[in-house]
Amino acid sequence: MAKHLDISDVSIEFPTPKGPFKALDGVNLKIEKGEFVSLIGHSGCGKSTVLNIVAGLHQATTGGVVLDGREVNEPGPERAVVFQNHSLLPWLTAYENVELAVKQVFKGTKSKAEMKAWIEHNLELVHMTHAMHKRPDEISGGMKQRVGIARALAMEPKVLLMDEPFGALDALTRAHLQDSLMEIQKDLNNTVIMITHDVDEAVLLSDRIVMMTNGPAATVGEVLNVELARPRDRIALADDSQYNHYRHQVLSFLYEKQRKVEDMEQRRSIRRSEAGESSEKKQRAIG
Amino acid sequence: MSSIRMTLAGVSSIAGVKSNDTLSSWLKRTTRALGLPLLGILVFLFIWQVGAKQIDTSLGQFPGPEQVYQQAGALVTEHINEREREAGFYERQEKRNAERVAKDPDYVPKIRDYTGKPTFFDQIGTSLVTVLAGFAIAAAIAIPLGICIGLNSALYAALNPVIQLFKPVSPLAWLPLVTMVVSAVYVTDDPLFAKSFLTSLFTVSLCCLWPTLINTAVGVSAVSPDLQNVSKVLRLNWLTHVVKIVLPSSVPMIFTGLRLSLGIAWMVLIAAEMLAQNPGLGKFVWDEFQNGSSDSLGRIMVAVLVIGLIGFLLDRIMLFLQRTVSWDKNAITR
Repeated sequence: MAKHLDISDVSIEFPTPKGPFKALDGVNLKIEKGEFVSLIGHSGCGKSTVLNIVAGLHQATTGGVVLDGREVNEPGPERAVVFQNHSLLPWLTAYENVELAVKQVFKGTKSKAEMKAWIEHNLELVHMTHAMHKRPDEISGGMKQRVGIARALAMEPKVLLMDEPFGALDALTRAHLQDSLMEIQKDLNNTVIMITHDVDEAVLLSDRIVMMTNGPAATVGEVLNVELARPRDRIALADDSQYNHYRHQVLSFLYEKQRKVEDMEQRRSIRRSEAGESSEKKQRAIG
Repeated sequence: MSSIRMTLAGVSSIAGVKSNDTLSSWLKRTTRALGLPLLGILVFLFIWQVGAKQIDTSLGQFPGPEQVYQQAGALVTEHINEREREAGFYERQEKRNAERVAKDPDYVPKIRDYTGKPTFFDQIGTSLVTVLAGFAIAAAIAIPLGICIGLNSALYAALNPVIQLFKPVSPLAWLPLVTMVVSAVYVTDDPLFAKSFLTSLFTVSLCCLWPTLINTAVGVSAVSPDLQNVSKVLRLNWLTHVVKIVLPSSVPMIFTGLRLSLGIAWMVLIAAEMLAQNPGLGKFVWDEFQNGSSDSLGRIMVAVLVIGLIGFLLDRIMLFLQRTVSWDKNAITR
């Protein structure tokens, strides 16, 4: 039987002034329906690129992605994305942000009243009904991310793609949102691909952890099956030997087998060029 | 300074501020909010007073604050007198016509317009109408065009050299061309608008078009990539993408452009009116300069202050509009 989501032999090259840069090389991953898969790896290893290819925002140079027997060529709501920095439209309220997605996806299939109920239901799932008529700048970072998740869930995606969804949050808020996500996942049983750089998060949430080697030409290094019973409780697991064993395996992959040696000079020059670019844009604007 | 503090303390006791603690913090805040600007104005007035005494011109001493205040009063009186004269003129005309109609029922009364010299306040009105009309035309062209070139990078590349070429052109260079074109093209027996009005109007529009155009284009083309990804994932069609994502996200930049444009429009208008002798505040200044009486410099100084004040108020109005309309309350609001 064909898998729900099949990422087969995906490679991607980006053109640069110094010739093509190969970011990913031969990434293979098959995901079952209802599976929660984490991608973990050092920054710059191409985790986000994999996610963007599944989302359809990037096109693989060779290989491809097949979802339920159909090849992925462009972005679409059946592969909803939760972005790292929430990406809510700042001029719309939480409700209106979800509404934009719901109107787009269920145009013609849901009545107005059904849409309203569906929007409110999804905001309820992420515990945001109390602030649904507030704008993004009036709510906290964690709440924004909750709305971002509600927006993605409201599209009823076949695969939910999460790009470091909790990366910008403080540790306590992050734990809170992880718990919420597990609770939602228990009811909906979505297929999820989540990118993270947090080992605890990966072990706590995932059915499988996919560890990626360092770029350039990054690929899947090891895959770890996490066979912890659900529901999982973070406090109980903190002393659990099985849990700590999984943690240890991920840590040893990241810090022994794929130790990151970063060229400081190169990193500095990248930062400098980024800073230069943004100030240039500002100058151009003030006419 | 101490006298300011004392008056402030007096005001606060009237306002009924109770505890000592809130009183002192209230005093501190008020001193910062009112006291410092007031101090700045006082220092400016002092330097002006002292400086003016040192300058002797062929029209007498340079006017200090006191003379300017007197001239401002004189301009108000002139305006009131002129209005009374006008009212009197129409009253007499009506009476005369009524008498003639009473004598001869077939007589069709002629109504003549009052032809008095426009006062300072009439000129302010003319200038305000011209600047707002010119600004409106510029905005009506610049915003849609800016959206188009912001969305289409090929169009942007094609138009950019033209924009960059015309952006720094001074209004005084446009004025002769605009005057000639208006005279040649706008030929009617019953003109709805005076030619001088149209000349000023188009000069203002031509000069204040550019900041709005450029800022709109940059705002539209600089929509955050994250929001563009959201739009792609949702598969928004082109029109929805522009209406729901691009336009709202560029509203703050459009307003920045509009504020710059309105400021330029006001400066350009005064210069254009002076050079072309078109009715308005610029003409008032020029007439006073040519007039060369001992009051002229004081009257010009009144005009200078009023021009500054109106420019300031126009900017504040735009800022208020921006705050009301724009979602981005953290945009630059100085």
